[in-house]
Amino acid sequence: MEFGTMLETMGSGMLKTIGIFFLTLIGSLPLGVGIMLLRTSKNKVVKSITKAFIAVIRGTPLMLQLLVWYFGPYYLFDWSIRGWRFPGLIIGFVVNYACYFAEIYRGGIESMSVGQYEAAEVLGYTKSQTFFRIILPQVFKRILPSITNEVITLVKDTSLAYTLAYAEVFSIAKQISASQTSFMPFLIAGVFYFIANYAVAFGMERIEKALKYYN
Amino acid sequence: MILEMKNIRKSFPASAGGTNEVLRDISLSVDKGEVVSIIGPSGSGKSTLLRCATFLETIDGGSITYMDTVAASTDANGRVSYISKNEMKTVKGYFGLVFQQFNLFPHFSVLKNITDAPVKVHGRNAEEVKAEAMELLAAMGLGDKADAYPCQLSGGQQQRVAIARALAMKPEILFFDEPTSALDPELTIEVLKIIRKLAEEHMTMVIVTHEMNFARAVSNRVIFMDGGVIVEQGDPEEVFGNPRQERTRQFLRSYEQ
Ligand SMILES: Nc1ncnc2c1ncn2[C@@H]1O[C@H](COP(=O)(O)OP(=O)(O)OP(=O)(O)O)[C@@H](O)[C@H]1O
Ligand SMILES: [Mg+2]
Repeated sequence: MEFGTMLETMGSGMLKTIGIFFLTLIGSLPLGVGIMLLRTSKNKVVKSITKAFIAVIRGTPLMLQLLVWYFGPYYLFDWSIRGWRFPGLIIGFVVNYACYFAEIYRGGIESMSVGQYEAAEVLGYTKSQTFFRIILPQVFKRILPSITNEVITLVKDTSLAYTLAYAEVFSIAKQISASQTSFMPFLIAGVFYFIANYAVAFGMERIEKALKYYN
Repeated sequence: MILEMKNIRKSFPASAGGTNEVLRDISLSVDKGEVVSIIGPSGSGKSTLLRCATFLETIDGGSITYMDTVAASTDANGRVSYISKNEMKTVKGYFGLVFQQFNLFPHFSVLKNITDAPVKVHGRNAEEVKAEAMELLAAMGLGDKADAYPCQLSGGQQQRVAIARALAMKPEILFFDEPTSALDPELTIEVLKIIRKLAEEHMTMVIVTHEMNFARAVSNRVIFMDGGVIVEQGDPEEVFGNPRQERTRQFLRSYEQ
């Protein structure tokens, strides 16, 4: 296989990898807020169930979770899983990352001093004004480095989709490498992941810099 | 009468179990233009009293009235009730609070710290509020700091911004909880100067402070609190110069080196 053909074949895998990446972020960043709210709920039952769920998600390998999300419907409910590969994959990624983000959000919010809430309360801000105008912007800045870490991990984690034989860049690299007895596909995949991570790190750094105007 | 607190009681759960009675039947009323200083040993309940007055803590008994609005009251069965959230909005406009730790909003510029609440809470015209804020900053000696961020200011400057932020809401009464305790002596002076200026302009104020000379100089009335009760109150010259209670004398003695 020529280098050009190889690159072209892998190109479709790269697009799929990028797809997993963005869909996971779009799903998990907001879902994390929901999980964080349940995790900090005043209802003790809701709170402990959420806490246990987060513990399970964070305490088991993502690869295993992907298999469970994919094959679960079949083994548990005897449902057909035709066409379920991609949705199952994305749900697995989104839920996993949402739990990590939820804990990051919670840590950020808990690190805010009560003084900020009290100052806002005395000035007459409503609860939602306090959250969105005073608390959230500060929390966002504080948690940005942790979010960056997760996002960079996600770039690499997308390769776990190969467990479900989803044709993202890593799966394709493996296939081509086996059929062509060539090491080149892995090299290309490696360069791709590296560049993707570099882009993410660069973007996040720009945001962090833009928020440097206060401490 | 701007503020009337009657028979206020407040307890906290004690760490060893049971309850810790922090305010025991305290009454305090403040007239328009009055400057009241509250002094007393650590743990006597001074902050708790201010926090009850500003609704950061809920009372366990008694009543709180601002202007003519009874904001909190206790019925014959001893049940405390507060007015609705909506009615509370008006009452919250009557007072401001300056914290020991300033509690400025670090992500807002100095100007925005002052203008944000009048615009977003009171819904006032942004240009008008900005003009007033610039005047307030000038009066605080911070005319050139409008675009700075709190982290770029000294503690004394931050506290003056916090005072401006409170004043921008045009409160009827301003509470201070140890406004200079987090400051070095040189910075303390510049903040006390501002408060003194406000006193001369007959701003109604209640000031919790450990600055005895300052309390003596600016206030119309001094309250000495200990163990959750008002032990003695009156004209500053009398309370400082000729205290009637032995506990007051002991406390004041601890301030002479
Ligand atoms: N949120 C709280 N929970 C439990 N106990 C509290 C709480 N706030 C205050 N207390 C207790 O109430 C008592 C009075 O505290 P307060 O802060 O009102 O004293 P203070 O007179 O302001 O003292 P200081 O001069 O040190 O500021 C203290 O014994 C304190 O431990
Ligand atoms: Mg105190």
